[in-house]
Amino acid sequence: MALPADPAPELQEYAHPEKLVTTAWLADHLGEDGLVVVESDEDVLLYDTGHIPGAVKIDWHLDLNDPVTRDYVDGEGFAALMSRAGITSDTTVVVYGDKSNWWAAYALWVFELFGHADVRLLDGGRVLWQSEGRELTREVPQPAATEYPVLERHDEASRAFRDDVLAFLGGQLVDVRSPQEYTGERLHMPDFPQEGAVRGGHIPGASSVPWAKAAREDGRFRPRAELESVYLQEQGLDPAAPVIAYCRIGERSSHSWFALKYLLGFADVKNYDGSWTEWGNSVRVPIVTGSEPGEVPAR
Amino acid sequence: MTAPSGDATASGGPADQGTNAPLPEAFAEIVDDFHAVSGNDRVQMLLEFADDLPELPERYRDHPELLEPVPECQSPIFVITEVDGQGEEAPARLFFSAPPEAPTTRGFAGILAAGLEGLTVGEIRAVPADVTENLGLAEVVSPLRLRGMAGMLGRIKRQLGEKAGLQ
Repeated sequence: MALPADPAPELQEYAHPEKLVTTAWLADHLGEDGLVVVESDEDVLLYDTGHIPGAVKIDWHLDLNDPVTRDYVDGEGFAALMSRAGITSDTTVVVYGDKSNWWAAYALWVFELFGHADVRLLDGGRVLWQSEGRELTREVPQPAATEYPVLERHDEASRAFRDDVLAFLGGQLVDVRSPQEYTGERLHMPDFPQEGAVRGGHIPGASSVPWAKAAREDGRFRPRAELESVYLQEQGLDPAAPVIAYCRIGERSSHSWFALKYLLGFADVKNYDGSWTEWGNSVRVPIVTGSEPGEVPAR
Repeated sequence: MTAPSGDATASGGPADQGTNAPLPEAFAEIVDDFHAVSGNDRVQMLLEFADDLPELPERYRDHPELLEPVPECQSPIFVITEVDGQGEEAPARLFFSAPPEAPTTRGFAGILAAGLEGLTVGEIRAVPADVTENLGLAEVVSPLRLRGMAGMLGRIKRQLGEKAGLQ
């Protein structure tokens, strides 16, 4: 049985308020049957330094990715992971993490590829929970193994591949990387390692909307009116038309994907997880450098 | 991990020397300790190194510009070396700075701090560049993240070589 949605008034303005929970709601519901809290971070050891009581760790690199192919785990791998985490197909899963929930949003997106029914984000993530002085523990839970069905992953609804993006040129593409990555001055985030793209720039026609425009200083998502001001008024995006978001490896764009789909209610949003580490290495795909979206090549 | 050669050292050159040299005793013990346990115990051991990373001495706390960043790491980490004298025999000291929200990076720094403590410039420069791959950490932190530790070691070796007048 899924837990009831968080009735907090500040969430109700979003298109899908049931996809977020507040720190206060989570604190009140910790330990309840039917709820599993998942921490998913960039730093794989952060969970072990202290986590929300009862939370389990799911790592994007070690748990969600296939170790050989550049892809996510398959249905059997996901079922085994869910079983270890004590999650059943009826479980309400609340994901939180570091870096304004980049990796948490990415994990949520993978859960949804497998069709897990009820997965929500903790608004504000790890940083907000910590800054509010809420409890963290180093005690690692030992959940009893569950039976989780082997589900087929359905990528069509929320995942875009390189060829999908090529066929989509001229549509609403959103590049959520830093402005310097967009122009091509940089191949990686400031202060982050170079992750191996041989060309810099952006996909022709893509708008530059850095992910942080959807986040407040404290890690929560911005109020709906501010999100509308960024994505609808400034960028002129049409919520009824399809959108594909991308970044470098798909984690920051999962954050924007969540904001567009669940907070603003865009009808068709996909995350291109191959992102710049694929596009910037692909032979003969069109690339634009500089601060303008640029010409979309004729097909 | 089957990293391409040269990937493990940021600076290349002299840092690649001594690939077949035996590990310094303290470092060899750390490697043995990691291999004596598995899975979550390895994670806990790395966490202990993160917790125990010595704080920067005051002379560097007030002068962050003296520290060298290690961009191979996902999280901000800074390293500075001191060399007492010139040449291979000169004693070396290492200092690191990484924030608490970057425990993996702190753990890597803690391993290097403990494993290389009290050694000379020559002894540290002789540490095999692939030692970071032999701790058994790839399976608990992923090979991608381990690159940061190799980056730190490469930068330490380069700094030491410069300061000891070896290059």
